[in-house]
Amino acid sequence: MFAPVATVEGGVQRYVDEGGRLQNGTVYEYQLVAQPAEPALDSDVSGPVIPSPDWIDATKINVFVVTAVFFVVLFFHINEAHRGKRWTFRKIPGLAAIEEAIGRATEMGKGILYIPGVQDIDDIQTIASMILLANVARTAAKYETRLSVPTNSPAVFTVAEEVVKSAYQDVGRADAYQSDQVRYVTSEQFAYVAAVNGMMLRERPAANLLLGAFFAESLLLAETGHSIGAIQIAGTANVHQMPFFVVACDYTLIGEEYYAASALLSNDPLLLGSLKAADTVKILLITVLVVGCILITAGHPVLYEWFSTQ
Amino acid sequence: MKREVPIIITLVTGVFCLIGFFVPHPAVRTFYDSIQQWVIVIVGATYVLGVANVLRVNVQQVSQRTHDWPFKVVLLVGLFATMIVGFAEGTHYLDDSSKFSWIYRTVYTSMAATMFALLAFFIASAAFRAFRIRSFEALLLAIAAFVLMIGRVPIGNAIHPAIPAAADWLMEIPQNAAKRGILIGAALGVMATGIRIILGIEKTYGGGEGGG
Repeated sequence: MFAPVATVEGGVQRYVDEGGRLQNGTVYEYQLVAQPAEPALDSDVSGPVIPSPDWIDATKINVFVVTAVFFVVLFFHINEAHRGKRWTFRKIPGLAAIEEAIGRATEMGKGILYIPGVQDIDDIQTIASMILLANVARTAAKYETRLSVPTNSPAVFTVAEEVVKSAYQDVGRADAYQSDQVRYVTSEQFAYVAAVNGMMLRERPAANLLLGAFFAESLLLAETGHSIGAIQIAGTANVHQMPFFVVACDYTLIGEEYYAASALLSNDPLLLGSLKAADTVKILLITVLVVGCILITAGHPVLYEWFSTQ
Repeated sequence: MKREVPIIITLVTGVFCLIGFFVPHPAVRTFYDSIQQWVIVIVGATYVLGVANVLRVNVQQVSQRTHDWPFKVVLLVGLFATMIVGFAEGTHYLDDSSKFSWIYRTVYTSMAATMFALLAFFIASAAFRAFRIRSFEALLLAIAAFVLMIGRVPIGNAIHPAIPAAADWLMEIPQNAAKRGILIGAALGVMATGIRIILGIEKTYGGGEGGG
């Protein structure tokens, strides 16, 4: 029994049935039927064909190749790091300022407010924020400076609590950890802003660290922090929020700087190797971009088409 | 073991999800989809811990009569009132006519809108600081912002049609070029961070000294 699949204009040479109605393992046959009905123009019945699932998504081959290249470059640099190779990276002022901010808070006898963004723990920016939080918590614990971490997701709260508690244990100050340092506030965006702004105005921390994924609340938080005179260090990969942070904060980690921060802070050769790998791939991509621009200008969009995602 | 087990789980699920992204075959995809469901269940379960934390922190502050403790009472009353109303309405709690929705629309939404509205004033104060011309870069920023703001309103076109065109050019060429540069860098940062975590090179997030 035949069922209509699609109507195509005359002159179309090729049609692929990608409909979701196809079932794996079922036999299908196709026939082209003329409209209006003209049996003499109908095609022969093609097939039979049996759909089967692909093992590789052909539309993601370009992503796969770039990922594979990244892995190869990464393992190469990690291997180099194992062999004792060391690299130098440009100084990021915002990173040096984190320790300075904690030191300032210690001198003033005030606390540090760490805001890990408003996304859940499945967001890579939040995960990167947790890594930075571990570094900040260790330094804060060492200086015996109070660190407050209001979170807007219970999943982030559980991870942040574990990270801060472990950091205090690592520096031998487990007893200094207080159970209300990390707290879940609310998952609602502006209720979270109201609560955190309230904390800023009541507790008047000497340093605000806004590291994570931020949206419309970025300036509300950063301007309130500015109004209380706190030293503010922000970091995000959300491009639309960066200008707000640049204006309202003392230091801003922009895009890749934010992701590189944990590796640079740790100074661990393997982590630095992964940074070097990212830089190498970036140079490769810039080269491909330039070549692609030249090719497309010359009327050969081959690279442009290959890199197009579907 | 406390630190190794999470790293092993991360490694296995991370590699599997990476494979699942490229392989649409049901043999992989079914389990890949299940993992996504597990994430939802686990995150849902953490809400119990979250609410417990809210109660513990706020009840403690109320009982100790800390600064601004009456606000904590308001929070606790609001929390319980909303929960009781929501549970009482069962599966209909999200209906338009439900009391739960009424609380959300009339109490929360209006307060959230008030918070959001403050952004206008914060933008004004931030812009005032940003446009103080103290360097050549700040001058360029101020000129670009001026052209963009004038070009985006009807008076810009009335003054000269080239102004909106200049504003469009600023947005489409220099702005886009800078933004895409940042995005490419950030995307590579995402890959590097993700791979570091999946391979267990970065272990700090689970607690523990340093990375590596």
